[in-house]
Amino acid sequence: MPLLEMKGVSMIFGGLAAVQDFDLQVEPGELVGLIGPNGAGKTTVFNVITGVYRPTRGRIRFDGADITGLPAAEITRRGIARTFQNIRLFPEMTVLENILVAHNFRAGYGLLQAVRRGPRYHAEERRLREEALDLLRLVRLEERAGQPAGSLPYGEQRRLEIARALATRPKLLLLDEPAAGMNPAEGRDLMEFIRWIRERFDLTILLIEHHMPVVMGVCQRIVVLNFGRIIAQGTPEAIRTNPQVIEAYLGEQEAAG
Amino acid sequence: MGVEAVLPERRAVAGWWPWAGAAAVVVAVYALGEMGWVNSYVTHVLCLVGINIILTASLNLVNGYLGEFAIGHAGFMAVGAYVAGVLTVKLDLPFALAFLAAGAAAALAAWLVGIPALTMFGDYLAIVTLGFNMIIVNVINNIDAVGGPRGMVGLPKESNLLWVYGTVIAMLLLFRNLVDSNYGRMFQAIRQDEIAATLMGIRVRRVKMLAFVLAGLFAGLAGALWGHLIQYINPQSFTYIKSTEILAMLYLGGMGSLSGSVVGATLLTVLLESLRDLGVWRMVLSPLILVIIMLRMPRGILGFREIRLAGLGRGRRARQRVAA
Repeated sequence: MPLLEMKGVSMIFGGLAAVQDFDLQVEPGELVGLIGPNGAGKTTVFNVITGVYRPTRGRIRFDGADITGLPAAEITRRGIARTFQNIRLFPEMTVLENILVAHNFRAGYGLLQAVRRGPRYHAEERRLREEALDLLRLVRLEERAGQPAGSLPYGEQRRLEIARALATRPKLLLLDEPAAGMNPAEGRDLMEFIRWIRERFDLTILLIEHHMPVVMGVCQRIVVLNFGRIIAQGTPEAIRTNPQVIEAYLGEQEAAG
Repeated sequence: MGVEAVLPERRAVAGWWPWAGAAAVVVAVYALGEMGWVNSYVTHVLCLVGINIILTASLNLVNGYLGEFAIGHAGFMAVGAYVAGVLTVKLDLPFALAFLAAGAAAALAAWLVGIPALTMFGDYLAIVTLGFNMIIVNVINNIDAVGGPRGMVGLPKESNLLWVYGTVIAMLLLFRNLVDSNYGRMFQAIRQDEIAATLMGIRVRRVKMLAFVLAGLFAGLAGALWGHLIQYINPQSFTYIKSTEILAMLYLGGMGSLSGSVVGATLLTVLLESLRDLGVWRMVLSPLILVIIMLRMPRGILGFREIRLAGLGRGRRARQRVAA
């Protein structure tokens, strides 16, 4: 059974179809790349999956249940986490607090215990903090724990955003251009990191990337989007030689040139 | 900076003595007042200060910690004052009961206002809360049973330093514990990036509603205390002018800071009280102060910082110094 299944999903904004008749199946453990020229609708697909937008048409199933139209917070709680193309950390909160926010729905105490500060509160806060620090240690950000997230260098902010997504304990991780703004060496390191967290946390990953070489190296399967429609999907080799894909990308280059 | 520094051990015992000390001071001043050693005008002003602290800190929960913009806080105060007044004057019920009912009624009002208001973003909450403030004043103006525009007289003098500061201390403890917990982190996350907060699994509307209802509840309690201090309530006491005064106290003290709310409410209450001679010109003062603060001192005196009596120089302050 696929972990994520999208059938006939369309997202229409005032007559303009950002995504049209989108079908996608992602099997557990897969690492799928979603590529396409600027404005092809890649981020819209993420927004629809995570409940930021409610799709105009179509159904989305995740982990055996229909999640179409659920509020975003509930979708996160069911095990889908994401990062953003433009980093969206909580900049004034510390690195540790950013992780703790992602733990919010696993805090084992309610309002009354928070207010009373009973033993349960202290035990749970300690557990949450230790778990958060463990995670920061894994992504090698423990030295930064007490700093405001906004003060971190760019690459570390990217890593923290991924760690924060991991802290919600997802089954499916959506990464929106994680290598954007990085030089090739940093990009390769990041891909290595993504491969590693996938093993370590037993994740299924859907990855948006603009730069072809990056996706080609890391993904098992690639889906190509253009003008809101899937124009091709398959192994990296098949995609590399697909005439429609070449045209979509060459067309963009011509337009740009 | 070591990992230990970000794992602040809450010093449970040490953390209690400032609160116990504050309570002791209140009891002492009250006792001195009862014995006639403290001028009754002084205790009266101290009560006003305390009531304004309750109003300011409760609004801070919504406007400061949560980053929303509610501007009709006096409306909830009116609900509390009138509910408590009716219960003690018309129904002859004990003040304690009226006090609790005032809080419950104002909390209910906040919940009802919050249903439409909190689904909307930013400025809409301002419009809805201001509208609520005006509607409640108009409604009271038109209820003859509570005196309409003439107001209601003969409220028993039940408020005193113990009631007021008992409420202040309980509220500050409650809010402190709340904003230092998982809930406080959710407030902060929502303030900084609502979409990202939602995608962290935070049920944003529910969290906002919690803060809004708590703020309304304490505004209602403040209304009950105020009515039974002044012993006379009329709708004109709860217009947007009072709401603006609370906003000025909040912004003066600083957003997202409980000690800031204490400082802001104290300073402005004493200032307004000492300028009683100005008469109607006093009404110009708080809006003017509000504008000046927003332009010249947008963070207020203690914006997002706290004065911590226990463990000075450790914990959060130490962390912030490293951060700065």
